[in-house]
Amino acid sequence: MTNESQISAAQPKAATVAPDAGAKRPPEPLAITFDVQRLSVWFGAHQALDDVSMQVRPKAVTAIIGPSGCGKSTFLRTLNRMHDLVPGARVEGRIALFGEDLYARNIDPTQVRRRVGMVFQKSNPFPTMSVAENVTVGLKLNGIKKRAVLQERLEETLRMAALWDEVKDRLHANALSLSGGQQQRLCIARALAIEPEVLLMDEPASALDPLATAKIEELILELKKQFTIVIVTHNMQQAARISDVTAFFYLGKLIEFDHTHKIFTNPAIKQTEDYVTGRFG
Amino acid sequence: MQKYFDDELTSFKEKLLTMGSYAESAVSQAVQALTDRNDKLAQQVQENDDIMDQYEIEIDDMAINLLAKAPLASDLRLITVAMKISQNLERVGDEATTISRRAMELNQEPALKAYIDIPRMAGLAIALLKEALDAFVNKQPDKARAVVPRDKEVDAINRQLYHELAGYMAENPAAVNRCLNLMTVSKSLERVADHATNIAEEVVYLCEARDIRHEAHKL
Amino acid sequence: MNAKPFKWRNFKSSAVSVLCFLCAIMVITPLALVLIHIIRLGASSVDWNFLTHLPKPVGETGGGMANAIVGSFILVGLAVLIGVPIGVLGGVYLSEYGSDRLNWSVRFAADILNGTPSIVWGIVVYALVVVPMKSFSAWAGGLALGFMMIPMVIRTTEEMLALVPGGLREGALALGIPKWKSIVYIVLKTGGKGIITGVLLACARVAGETAPLLFTAFGNRFWSFNLSEPIAALPRQIYDYALAPYDDWHRQAWAGALVLILIALAINIGVRILTRGSSPPASR
Repeated sequence: MTNESQISAAQPKAATVAPDAGAKRPPEPLAITFDVQRLSVWFGAHQALDDVSMQVRPKAVTAIIGPSGCGKSTFLRTLNRMHDLVPGARVEGRIALFGEDLYARNIDPTQVRRRVGMVFQKSNPFPTMSVAENVTVGLKLNGIKKRAVLQERLEETLRMAALWDEVKDRLHANALSLSGGQQQRLCIARALAIEPEVLLMDEPASALDPLATAKIEELILELKKQFTIVIVTHNMQQAARISDVTAFFYLGKLIEFDHTHKIFTNPAIKQTEDYVTGRFG
Repeated sequence: MQKYFDDELTSFKEKLLTMGSYAESAVSQAVQALTDRNDKLAQQVQENDDIMDQYEIEIDDMAINLLAKAPLASDLRLITVAMKISQNLERVGDEATTISRRAMELNQEPALKAYIDIPRMAGLAIALLKEALDAFVNKQPDKARAVVPRDKEVDAINRQLYHELAGYMAENPAAVNRCLNLMTVSKSLERVADHATNIAEEVVYLCEARDIRHEAHKL
Repeated sequence: MNAKPFKWRNFKSSAVSVLCFLCAIMVITPLALVLIHIIRLGASSVDWNFLTHLPKPVGETGGGMANAIVGSFILVGLAVLIGVPIGVLGGVYLSEYGSDRLNWSVRFAADILNGTPSIVWGIVVYALVVVPMKSFSAWAGGLALGFMMIPMVIRTTEEMLALVPGGLREGALALGIPKWKSIVYIVLKTGGKGIITGVLLACARVAGETAPLLFTAFGNRFWSFNLSEPIAALPRQIYDYALAPYDDWHRQAWAGALVLILIALAINIGVRILTRGSSPPASR
């Protein structure tokens, strides 16, 4: 099948993304945030990911696209060991976070999640807490109780999440009194408060209206100056707007992984082209 | 809210305008190389054409990237119009190159007579180009509309020059080479004016979403 | 459009609505009748005297059920001390940690125990506590009621925690906090209202139980604050008075029944107020 040969031919190139052609300087040895090597994931007997290898770079947005059931969310959750929480979960292969093996025996998953934050598709602010309490709960439960520090982080992260101006007068109102888009930005602020190194986002704007979505996208473009961001999205225009590199998954395999403008203007593999142009299946 | 995309659009427009000013100066330098009999200047114009070509490639590349983000309405029109304008500007650059080549050939023989019409044509054509680009920058559809009929003036000069040179060639066979070169220069300048008109029509589309191309033929 | 089928459908619809309404009335009527009857017979006897005095010896009028009321509160208090920690923690385990098989077995056991006649609890505690202690006691009574509460509280706690959306647990764990902290500070906090509701309902239920107290707390005609001694309880007192041949005691029994129902009513109304605006509490 030509597909197979196309994939195997593209795979060595797709594993790492070369710096943009036309760069005048020789490529710097960038630290790699995630070095994923031959990752395979099972839910009991069902294999969700098959031999995935890729590298995620810091201070950039990596988008993960693909049809439903292709393993995007599973992949995302292996990056912060949330996948462990599913009964019957099994992981083979290696994921290194800044060089450290995430699945080594002596690694505490809780510590991993402190370094790799996550924002979910449906915003989930804690309903019994106020806006301020939601933002600082991560810090408090991780042992940071000093009021001055909490207050500072509260304002800092709400500003980072572009929410400060909208909520500064109602920090003690219940979190559910905010609009959907504001709640999602609150969840982003909550995730940022514990100072993670990476931010994983699982379709963060899919439940929001276009205006709120645009705000989230602007926020991501701003955040990528500081953080590594990996975002799963169904919306390809969104991936084109905000990401630097894009990975296309299908049936658990990584089909193509390249600079975003290449994936969306001239993908190398036919399956990618079919998916991106909406002619899939 | 759209800060990042707006920044990209702004640098995209600036690139286009830089290309526009290159085009204007290419034409005016080419004509000057002719009137001043300056081979070096002519050579310069030919070398600078590479820059224009590069700009066209870069602008098209930027446009494709911007389009992948699915812009709508005036953003969409801006990008498609910019691609066409860059194409027209690149051709203007090519015409300037043609003029400069003809200038180098003409400089090898004594001047036919004082150049009057050609500089006049050049001035007009460059003015049309400049006004079309200004209308683009300042979003002035009326200014752009005003450019379209003035193309006829340049056409008129071209026709008149053509007749003069044809008549002169018939009586002075020794001057055939020089006359033909001058006719080419005149034709190039007429084409520059045409490109300026195209740009003006695109600007009207950008501002009003109305396509006024090819309407002149109906008049 | 044919008018005839339309009218027939309309009529059928109205007929069924009327039928449903009548059924609702049939449900409310006995409750209303009982309440009215008790109020009628007991209201006149419930006075300050009744609520603050000890039972008088036979023949003397007056006297009240103060010790029984207090005793009921003490017994329910003991039951809560025993039943709530085990019940809530058990419910938390089932909801947050358990495996499918374990959960099924525990739920099955809890449902069976919930349906056990309450006298069985009394007999069990009699054998386990009263006999070794060689005396009836408040401890035994509280234990019996506590054992009754456990399966109730486990089930309601588990169901209340199941109502907490999974997204909250994920969100909490994604902040890098250990599972136990996420349960205590987030999940329990969110389901707290519902759990308290379940506990209150269980209290209302056990407060009215007589049978388990027959062989454990036994009853007492005097004040008793020594938990190793028999203690009076409202249902028990009502039972004693109702079986006696004295009219005055019958009157007091009605009064006691009214007080008991009012306490149960107060707890239920309290529950409704507490859960105003949130999801409804689980039924037993």
